[in-house]
Amino acid sequence: MGGRLFKDFSLVAATLSLFLLVGIFAILFSYAQTSMHEFGFDFLVIDQWEADEDDEGGVFGGFIPIIGTLLSTLIAMVIATPLAMGIAIFLTEIAHDKIIKPFSIAIELLAAIPSIIYGMWGLFYFAPIVQSVFGGNGVGLLTAGIVLAIMIIPFMAAITRDSMNTAPDVLKESAYAMGATKFEVIKDVVMPYSKGGIIGSVILALGRALGETMAVAFLIGSVMSIPDKITDPTTSIPVLLANNFAEAQDLELSSMYYLALILFIVSFALITVAKLYFIGKKK
Amino acid sequence: MNRLLLNKIILTLSTISALVGIGFLFWILITLTYKGVSSIQLSTFTNDLVEGGIRNLLVGQFTMALLATVVAVPIGVMAGIYLREYGGEKRMTMVIRNLSDIMTSAPSIVIGVFVFAFLVEPFGTFNGWAGSVALAIMMLPIIIGTTDNMLALVPKELREAGIALGGSKHKIVLQIVLKAAKVGVTTGILLSFARIIGETAPLLFTSANNQFFTMDMSGQFPSLTVSIYNLATYPDEASRELAWAASFILTAIVLFINLVGRYVTRNKH
Amino acid sequence: MTLKTIITSAVVASVTLTTIHAEDLKGRGASFPGPVYKAWTSDYYKATKNQVNYTPTGSGDGIKSIKKRMVDFSGSDKPLKPEALKKDKLFMFPSVVGSIVLSYNLEGIKDGELKLSREAIAGIFSGKITKWNDQAIAKQNAGLKLPNEDITVAVRADKSGTTFNFTYFLNKIDETIKVSKKPKWLASKVVAGKSNSGVSANIKQIKNSIGYIEYSYKMKLNLPAAQVENKEGKYINPTLKSFQDAAKYATWTPDNDFYAVIGDPAGATSYPIVAATFILLPEEKMETNKAVTKFIDWAYTNGDAAATELGYVPLPKETKEQIRNYWDAKKIK
Repeated sequence: MGGRLFKDFSLVAATLSLFLLVGIFAILFSYAQTSMHEFGFDFLVIDQWEADEDDEGGVFGGFIPIIGTLLSTLIAMVIATPLAMGIAIFLTEIAHDKIIKPFSIAIELLAAIPSIIYGMWGLFYFAPIVQSVFGGNGVGLLTAGIVLAIMIIPFMAAITRDSMNTAPDVLKESAYAMGATKFEVIKDVVMPYSKGGIIGSVILALGRALGETMAVAFLIGSVMSIPDKITDPTTSIPVLLANNFAEAQDLELSSMYYLALILFIVSFALITVAKLYFIGKKK
Repeated sequence: MNRLLLNKIILTLSTISALVGIGFLFWILITLTYKGVSSIQLSTFTNDLVEGGIRNLLVGQFTMALLATVVAVPIGVMAGIYLREYGGEKRMTMVIRNLSDIMTSAPSIVIGVFVFAFLVEPFGTFNGWAGSVALAIMMLPIIIGTTDNMLALVPKELREAGIALGGSKHKIVLQIVLKAAKVGVTTGILLSFARIIGETAPLLFTSANNQFFTMDMSGQFPSLTVSIYNLATYPDEASRELAWAASFILTAIVLFINLVGRYVTRNKH
Repeated sequence: MTLKTIITSAVVASVTLTTIHAEDLKGRGASFPGPVYKAWTSDYYKATKNQVNYTPTGSGDGIKSIKKRMVDFSGSDKPLKPEALKKDKLFMFPSVVGSIVLSYNLEGIKDGELKLSREAIAGIFSGKITKWNDQAIAKQNAGLKLPNEDITVAVRADKSGTTFNFTYFLNKIDETIKVSKKPKWLASKVVAGKSNSGVSANIKQIKNSIGYIEYSYKMKLNLPAAQVENKEGKYINPTLKSFQDAAKYATWTPDNDFYAVIGDPAGATSYPIVAATFILLPEEKMETNKAVTKFIDWAYTNGDAAATELGYVPLPKETKEQIRNYWDAKKIK
C-alpha cells in the first residue's frame, strides 16, 4: 500500500522536472508572441532597440545583443580552450601524485566562486589592466571575454581531465615502453580515447558562457551598439535582460521574452549535442 | 621539429597554463580577502542595508535558499529514486534523465524571466516566494542528477539481500539503498546549496531587494547578491566597501560549504 | 533544539514581523532624487517609525511599476502628460527640484575649471565633437591644457528621467537631438551605466570621460563638473544659488497635475539644466496614497534642510500649499 504511494510520488517528482522544462519553453514562447507577430524572424537582424516615448511600442531587434553574446563567447572560448587543455594535461600526465589532489580542489574551488564575484573583481582589478594594455574604456568585449574565459576554464578543465583519465593505463604504459614521449602518448593514445569528451566539454563551456549574466553585466559596457573594435563596449542577451527586463513593458517586454527564448533554445541545443553525442548518454 | 623538443614545449605550456589557472584563483581570493577584511566592521553584521550593514541581506538570502532547499530536496531525491529504482530502461526514464541533466546548464537569467512571468507579474509585486522558487528550479536538476548517480553506485548485492530478507521494494529503497548512498546524496545537496546561495541572476526580478529587515515573503525580499550588484556600481566609497565586505562573506560561505562537502565525501571513501 | 521548535519559532517570528511592518510603503523609480529620498525616508523612519522603502532604479522602471500597480508610489523625473495620467489613472505632483551637472575625468583639470558652451555640449553628445582639444571646446578654455584624446561619453543604460531632462536641454540647442528617456547616442565612444550611480562610477573610473549626473552624486563623490553656458550666454557654475535662481522659472499648476519641464530657464544667473522630479500615485489606492502624502507632507515640512544639504532645491512654499490643496481635492490627504 505504502509502496504504491511511494512509487507514484517518485514518478510525479520525476515528471515534474519534465513539465518544468516544457513549462519554461511554453511560457517564454507565449509571452514572446506579440513580438514574434510584429517582427518575425527579422528580429534576428534588426539592429535597433528603441522604445517609443510612451513605452507602448517601438522597434526592437535582437541583432546587437546576439552579436555581443556570440563575440564575447568566442573570445572566451579562444582563450579558455588551450588553457583548459593545458591544465587537464598537467593534471593527468605531468603533475606529481601529491599535488594532483590539492590542485584539483583549487581548480574546483575556482569553479565554485559565484559569478558576481568574478564580475566585481574584473571591474575593479582586471578592467584597468585591459585598458592600459589594449586601450579603450576598460569595459568592453575584450574584458568581458577574458573574465568569462577565467570563469569557464575550471569547468572545462575538470571535464577534459575526467575524459582523459578514461584512457587505459595499459595502453599508455606500453606506448612509453616503446619510447614514446609524453606528448606522443597524449596525442596518439589519450586523445583518441577522450576526443568525444573533450569536444563535449568545449561545447558545454560554450553553453555556459553564452548564458552567463553577472560577470558580463559588470564588464561588457551595456551599450546598445555594434562594436567596431575588440575593446568597444556592447551588450549581450543576458546583460540586456538583467538591466532592462524590469522596466520594459508591452512590446518591449515581449521582445525581452523573445530574446530569452532564443537564448534558451540555443543553449538547450548546444548542451543536448554536447551531452548526448560527445560525452555520452547517461545510463 | 625535434620530437623531444616538441614534447618539452607542450609540457612546459601545460604547466604554465596550470600555474595561470592557480594564479587567478589566488589573485581573486587575495584581493577579495584584502578588500573584504579591511571593510568589515561589527556594524556590517548588526545593521541592515538601510544603515550600511548586511544583516537583513544575509537573513534574506539564507531564508530564500533554505526554503528552496526544503522544496527541491524531497522532490529531487524522489525523482532520482524513480529514475534509478523504478524507471528501468523505459524510454521515458531516459528522456527525463537526459533532460534533467541538460536543465543543470540552463541559463540562470532565463529561469528568472520564467518565474517573473508566473509568480511576479500576476501578483503585481516582486516577492520572496518567487525568489525561492527560482532558486529551487536551479537546484532541482542538480539534486536529481546526484541522487541518480549516487544510487547507481550502491551495489546490486545490497538490494538483493534486502529482497532475500523479504522487504518490500520501497522499504529496501529507503532503508538500505538510500542509506548506503546517504553521504553522496548529502554532498550533492550541500554543493547545490553552495551554488544557489551565490546566485544573482534568478533573483534580479523575482525577489528584487529590500533595504529593511523583513520576513514577509510576499513582498520585495532582501538579497545579498542583488545588493552586491547594486552596491558595486554605486560610486561612493562606503557602498563599495560594503560590496567588498559582502562579497568576501559570500565567497567564504560558498567555499566553506564546498570544502565541507568534499571533506564529508573523502572521509567516506 | 528540535526541527519542530525551529520551524515553530520561525513561523511565529515571521508572523509577528509581518504584522509590525504592515504599514510599509513601497516605491521604485527615478534615481535622480535617490539621495534625497534616502535621507527623507531614513529621517522619517527615525521620527515616526514608519518604513518607506524606495528603490532608485530609474524613471522608466518607476513609470512601469506604477502603471502595473507593482508599488504604492513611484518616482519619475519625466512628468507624464495629463492624457497619460488619465489613461493609467494616476495622480502626479512634484517633490523637489534638482540639477544635472556635466562631470568629467580629465587629468589636471579641476572642478569648475572647464567651461562648456551650448554648442560644445550638443556637439559632444551628438558625436560631432570627438576629441577633447577640438576647437569648439578649446575656444572658451584658453588657459587649460586639453588632451588630444578621444572623448568617452558616459550615458545611462536604463530608461532615465535624468536623460529625458538632459536631452530636453540638448534639444533646445540642437533640434536634431531627440528628447527621450533612452535615446540612441551617436557619439563614437559611449559607455553606459545603470542609474545615476552607474554613470558616476563610470566617470570616476574612465579617463577622458564626460557624463551627465544629478548634482548630489557629483558632491558626494567630489567629481569635477563644468561651467555651463546658459540661455543668456553666461557661464554658470553648478551651485545651490544658481539652481535656486533657475527654479524660480518653473510654473506649476494643479490643473494639469503640475506638468512642467523646467528645461532651459531664462535669467542671467540661472544654471541651465534643472529639473523637477515627480511622485506618481495610483488613483484607486486611497489608503496607501494617504500614507504616501503623509510622508511627503512630512518631508515638505521637515525635509528642506536635508534637501538643501544634498544640493536639491526645495519647492517654493506656495507650490507646496498648492500641492496640499491638490491632495485635498483628490481626497488623498
